[in-house]
Amino acid sequence: MLYFRLKIFPLELNMKNGWETVIGLEIHAQLSTESKIFCGCSTHFGDEPNSNTCPVCLGLPGALPVLNRRAVELGARAALALGLQINERSIFARKNYFYPDLPKGYQISQYDQPFSANGELEIMTARRDEAGHPLEWAPKRIRITRLHLEEDAGKNVHEGLPDVDRFSYIDLNRAGTPLAEIVTEPEFRSSWEAHDYVNHVRRVLRWVGASEADMEKGNLRCEPNVSVRRIGNETFGTKVELKNLNSVRFMQRAIEFEIERQITLLESGGKVNQETRLWDERAQETRVMRSKEEAHDYRYFPEPDLAPLEVSVEFIDGVKASMPELPEERRQRFVQQYDLSFSDASQLTSERTLADYYESAVEASGNARTAANWIRSELLRELESSGLAASASPIPPQELGKLLRLVDEDKISGKQGKDVLVEMFKTGRTAAAIVEEQGLAQVSDTGEIDGVIDEVLAANPGQVTSYRSGKETLFGFFVGQVMKASKGKANPRVVNERLKAKLS
Amino acid sequence: MITSETITQTRDRIVTGETNARSVAESAVGAAEKLNGSLNAFLEIDRQGAVTRASEVDAQLKNDAAPVLAGVPIAIKDNICVRGLQTSCGSKILGDYHPPYNATVIDRLLAAGAVIIGKTNCDEFAMGSSNENSAFGTVKNPWDTARVPGGSSGGSAAAVAAGIVPVALGSDTGGSVRQPASLCGVVGLKPTYGRNSRYGLVAFASSLDQIGIFARNVSDVATVLGVIAGRDPHDATTADVPVPDYVAALNGEIKGSRIGFPRALFGRGLDADVRASVEGAVQTYRDLGAEIVEVDLPHAKYAIAVYYIIATAEASSNLARFDGVRYGFRAEEAPELRSMYRRTREEGFGPEVKRRIMLGTYVLSAGYYEAYYHKAQQVRTLLKDDFRRAFAVCDAIITPTSPTTAFMIGEKVNDPLAMYLNDIYTVTANLAGIPGLSVPCGLSSAGLPVGFQLLGPYWSEPALLRLGDVYQQARPSSLARPPVYA
Ligand SMILES: [Zn+2]
Repeated sequence: MLYFRLKIFPLELNMKNGWETVIGLEIHAQLSTESKIFCGCSTHFGDEPNSNTCPVCLGLPGALPVLNRRAVELGARAALALGLQINERSIFARKNYFYPDLPKGYQISQYDQPFSANGELEIMTARRDEAGHPLEWAPKRIRITRLHLEEDAGKNVHEGLPDVDRFSYIDLNRAGTPLAEIVTEPEFRSSWEAHDYVNHVRRVLRWVGASEADMEKGNLRCEPNVSVRRIGNETFGTKVELKNLNSVRFMQRAIEFEIERQITLLESGGKVNQETRLWDERAQETRVMRSKEEAHDYRYFPEPDLAPLEVSVEFIDGVKASMPELPEERRQRFVQQYDLSFSDASQLTSERTLADYYESAVEASGNARTAANWIRSELLRELESSGLAASASPIPPQELGKLLRLVDEDKISGKQGKDVLVEMFKTGRTAAAIVEEQGLAQVSDTGEIDGVIDEVLAANPGQVTSYRSGKETLFGFFVGQVMKASKGKANPRVVNERLKAKLS
Repeated sequence: MITSETITQTRDRIVTGETNARSVAESAVGAAEKLNGSLNAFLEIDRQGAVTRASEVDAQLKNDAAPVLAGVPIAIKDNICVRGLQTSCGSKILGDYHPPYNATVIDRLLAAGAVIIGKTNCDEFAMGSSNENSAFGTVKNPWDTARVPGGSSGGSAAAVAAGIVPVALGSDTGGSVRQPASLCGVVGLKPTYGRNSRYGLVAFASSLDQIGIFARNVSDVATVLGVIAGRDPHDATTADVPVPDYVAALNGEIKGSRIGFPRALFGRGLDADVRASVEGAVQTYRDLGAEIVEVDLPHAKYAIAVYYIIATAEASSNLARFDGVRYGFRAEEAPELRSMYRRTREEGFGPEVKRRIMLGTYVLSAGYYEAYYHKAQQVRTLLKDDFRRAFAVCDAIITPTSPTTAFMIGEKVNDPLAMYLNDIYTVTANLAGIPGLSVPCGLSSAGLPVGFQLLGPYWSEPALLRLGDVYQQARPSSLARPPVYA
């Protein structure tokens, strides 16, 4: 089957055409608990199908849910990190619908009295060039309607099993995994704003330990709703909900496609249907999944098996007190305290472990700028190529600091330092040991270097004469000879200084 | 009285070696087998399991201190999970489903030495007042096998009335323990909501369901309640309220007790014989020294309407899990998923269950929620207030348990509204969450048992059981033996 393909236009073009995009977002983030939200089963990923199940999460007759307090704690951390107000009393509700991966025929969720509400969050967002590179970062405030707690469903499996043409298979290991559903107001005016918001949420959730927030692993899912309207129009257009977005980039592309589809439809006199559409990454298009007429009436009502969830002010204060400095605050502090650029500070605060690593390295090296440069250009390259987090780096930050001191104090050259770092990363040995063993210690002693220079000049009288008569390009030749004679150990800066003095 | 022996005395005879658990179990199983042809009270009789279990109890008695229910035979309603036995809920959709776990009350009974002899018949998913809604045939009343035993726990009530077992468990959502107890002439208790764990009780209406106890003697109810009651970490709706010594509460004291008499509930629709019997019980209490005070429950007249909204709403959701996907009956020949669901539920559920699922689905639907479910919850709050006010001036309220004695099988099957009115005296306790105790108080002119009901404030089981026990001590003839008897 052939697909029609449509070029993805940048947002500016839409604006020129007089259309404005309105996007709201629903995010489902899996909370990082050891056990499920309403039973004691493990949340471990990748175990034998249906091995992490019990009467409760299998929905067996007679089984009852009991709330996992750890899920409440992590939900509270997520809510506070996203600027939401935690409600001292919230109600679990049943959301009723039939689906084979939903063992009870209803999902325990929250409805009109959610765990937290009224959030306001400042994110950084940037317009992009055609290639998707950010042009200029600016802050934007996002109103978050609510964050509530709920259970995940299981998984239907249609591949890799016998007779899949005739049978579907159900794995309920995931059923009952705790989720935080985070819903925004229709705040976003472009796909990139939505993109930057999701990245912000992912970073913050990981930062406070509430969720691993990995979209590829499925522990963070995004469902944007997209509509367009004529600029200046007060009322919103008909919104379309998008699903099956397995990365932030997919989501951004799906929104772009959907904006374009809706504008094209409206400009040709058509009408947008209220529906849910699935993103097909291979075909780069969205397709109808279900229309409004097929929309469920979920018949929400308060879950009678669970008491209202009450959290005390002391509990909320306790969670607040245990929260780390949040990434935005830390980025600002890095800019001010360490005189870093916005982009350097952003990169170093992309993960909490990296930011911690950086600050330890600053302390050990005494030089914030050098530490930032080396971590960004040298260490991160090594970490990325071996797939490690900063916290798992074979080079502890204190050891990186010591290496940077050797360079700063001219004990070794910068070039040598980079080689030493690679060796440290590979072997886990200290900088001092590697320098010692490879005899790398740089010679900065002027007397010793003077001696070598004298030998070189004496051995090359012709070149000395040429240089002194004006052929200054020979300076590099002398530097090279001196370095060679010192077996590369001479400090190039001292060699430069002394050579200039001797030759003048 | 039909038997002078309490379960504590049976246990003591076993402990002292006068008899043993095995022979007690064998005679109970034998009676169940002998009478099931005429009563249809049991859906499963576990001869082998009961005998094995009783022998274990006998063996343990040689080593350990004897537990409270050592060797006491008991029957369990077939909507309470017992590992190794079926749990059909009287429904084709579950059929011979065998749960892999025990309900909390079952674990507690077994730990106390009880011997389960089988699973008793009931209205499908506990929905009914006559037992005619069981997919496995109607239970017959031991007083007249042409008549219903009441419902929904009719099998448990009949098993106790016929002397097969001294005690049985049922579940009470709107009267499903008290009403059949009344129609079969035995004692039935629905405790305070949150007193007994519901873990392992197949849910009908979660905010109303409570596991209840049948026995011939009030004191046996007290003994069993002491074993099964109390907070359960598997059921978030159980209360952290201490479990008192219910047997010790049966001290015969009645002087100074104030019993509320809601005159308005003794009016229209109440069978004359029932009225006379219950008023006789009121007179007995007065004679024994209780003070009778008039009380008013102005919102009780809305109770049936409120009950059938809340109960069906919750049921429509609770019964969604019976979808043919994981266990129980599945319509195999369906061409696609939706029709598999439709046909499984169409063929698996009986008409009354379908009626209630549809009612419940309707009252929760968008646009109707406020008018029905929400409004019903508001009236429920008003009803609780009625009881709070009434219990400010009395310790317990007395009413008939059921407006009539046992009716003929088939008499009301085509009139669901008339059937629902059977619950008029019992649903209020479930809506308010308060305890209710039905106590036999003699026979009608047709020779059928009549029962009265005592309602009390939250956690007032000791007072209700004391009042019930005082009545039984004063009127031993109120416990007669039915024609069908072990
Ligand atoms: Zn589980």
